[in-house]
Amino acid sequence: MTQQETPVIELRNVHKRFEQHPDLAQRLLALFGRPMELQTVHAVNGVDLTVNRGEVLGLVGESGCGKSTLGRIVAGLHRQTEGEVLYQGRSTKDLRGKDRLDYILGVQMIFQDPQASLNPRQRIRQILGEALKVHRLAPGAEIQQRIDKALSEVGLDKEYRDRFPHQISGGQRQRIGIARALMVSPKFLVCDEPVAALDVSIQAQVINLFMDLREQHGFTYLFISHDLGVVKHISDRVAIMYLGRIVEQAPAVEIFANANHPYTQALLAEVPDVKRRGRKFTPIQGEIPSPLNPPSGCTFHPRCPHATARCKEEVPVLKEIAPGHWSACHLNN
Amino acid sequence: MSEIILEVRGLRTAFHTEAGAWPAVDGVDLTVRRGEILGLVGESGSGKSVTGFSILGLIDPPGEVVSGTVLFKGQDLRKLDEESLRQLRGNRIAMIFQDPLMTLNPVLTVGEQMMEAILTHENVPTQQARERCREALAMVGIPAPDKRLNSYPHEFSGGMRQRVAIAIAMLNKPDLIICDEPTTALDVTIQGQILYRMQEICRQHNTALIWITHDLGVVAELADNVAVMYAGRIVESGPVAEVLEAPRHPYTKGLLESMPANSIPGTRLHQINGMAPSLAGRPQGCAFRPRCPYAIDRCAEEVPDVTEEGVRSFRCYVPIARETATA
Repeated sequence: MTQQETPVIELRNVHKRFEQHPDLAQRLLALFGRPMELQTVHAVNGVDLTVNRGEVLGLVGESGCGKSTLGRIVAGLHRQTEGEVLYQGRSTKDLRGKDRLDYILGVQMIFQDPQASLNPRQRIRQILGEALKVHRLAPGAEIQQRIDKALSEVGLDKEYRDRFPHQISGGQRQRIGIARALMVSPKFLVCDEPVAALDVSIQAQVINLFMDLREQHGFTYLFISHDLGVVKHISDRVAIMYLGRIVEQAPAVEIFANANHPYTQALLAEVPDVKRRGRKFTPIQGEIPSPLNPPSGCTFHPRCPHATARCKEEVPVLKEIAPGHWSACHLNN
Repeated sequence: MSEIILEVRGLRTAFHTEAGAWPAVDGVDLTVRRGEILGLVGESGSGKSVTGFSILGLIDPPGEVVSGTVLFKGQDLRKLDEESLRQLRGNRIAMIFQDPLMTLNPVLTVGEQMMEAILTHENVPTQQARERCREALAMVGIPAPDKRLNSYPHEFSGGMRQRVAIAIAMLNKPDLIICDEPTTALDVTIQGQILYRMQEICRQHNTALIWITHDLGVVAELADNVAVMYAGRIVESGPVAEVLEAPRHPYTKGLLESMPANSIPGTRLHQINGMAPSLAGRPQGCAFRPRCPYAIDRCAEEVPDVTEEGVRSFRCYVPIARETATA
């Protein structure tokens, strides 16, 4: 990492805790001297991550592992409880004025459910033009042109300008979500499960669109997904998350060929594969523990087939086991 | 070959609207044998769930099963009255839905709901029924089944709830279970566990299974036979290995090629252009024609009939040639 240019996004020991707000009864009881017992969810638990210019980093994990929270922290939608987020080498906390706007516009987010992320009462042209208007980035006449350009870039005819979100199909809505991100000429796209809600044939169209856009604009992506097939297809590097921590990180080719962490191995074994027939299923046991009450030590130990006494006590740290391949497992020692 | 459990012929289900009757299912034929797992695959709106509901007679107005026969062990379910159907449902034929939170009663304990499923169909002592419920929960891998019988649905996680739904479906040892996307809402590791249980249970009890899904990967690993649906019709069916390795219908071929698993990482995915037609806007002739790279004039004129080729069948005038049909 010595000779390389500054990464677009760098996370240093980022934590995110969600705390329960005390309700009326708890506050009243506190007045009478009973201590409040508030639950805390440690959604992101000390994550270090870099995303270099022009690369696609796939972030994989099951529901509740904190991958969406991490994506939102990168996009500036959540503020981290602890740790630092660096955008092009500068901490986002210190950014002010024009620099801050650069960050906010430079990192755009694409959401899983385009139905929920588009305002149903706005026409497509209002949805697309809003950011330009709010930030006064372009005069009125130019906004129209840029809307048409963004629509054609995502493969939609400009006649869609005057429609409402409910008048178009799910795949087209996701294209509008992408077009909205493109309007402010971003550098970095955080995609949170962008194809999970789409049918297989439409999914392929949207994945191709992401790859075309990357070629044309040199975008950098943080691609969050639970679908290892999709991630394998478009990522350069892959990070695997489990209960708020990154447990393995490696170039895509490497992780799919030589998965090191037992959790990654289990995930890879469970992905349905069209090339496998009449498989005898031998699933890993147990479920993802609640982040309200995570297990001690390595959080994967209750489900891990190789767990030892040490795994119950000590949290394993990410170690480089091959060039660029990091894994957090005691078995590597 | 084992006995035929379910034989569906020419099933048509339409939804009546102000603009006329729209056929969601348009002439579906299916055969399921004892102990067989049939994967019914299609994209959203293809009519795969409506097919499942139609078999059980669960279509409510404005929907209506317009024509066709549904022979279950030789008996036409469409000719049965509601009371006889009730006796079959949950007893000889069970259904598992995508979202168990919607199908489990939130104000009854799991035990009460399971007992109901037994006592509706059989006259057995309560103690014996309870014992059977406990066994069913243990069979699907729920820890401490004795205690869990007294839990409410909200006290279970998503994967556990789906196990409860499976346990209820298995209570009366049905001959056929229709599963409508039962693992779609679950994480992959949990999906693996559920698939494992289903496979084990069906092999043990020789239960036939119709597994409705959009995921070809699941079908490839689980099913014996597959039927691919598009716009209300089954466009191709046959043994899983043959259909997925050498598809004859251009839609099946397109679906397989558009899966990331079937292409080299980093390259453009093969895509089927356009999108599935809406119920109202189905084209004349073959519904896939506007998206099909092989379409000829005849495809626009009339719907292709089913061509049978041994155990396989497809609806296409220009099927993919056998030799070149390697996906």
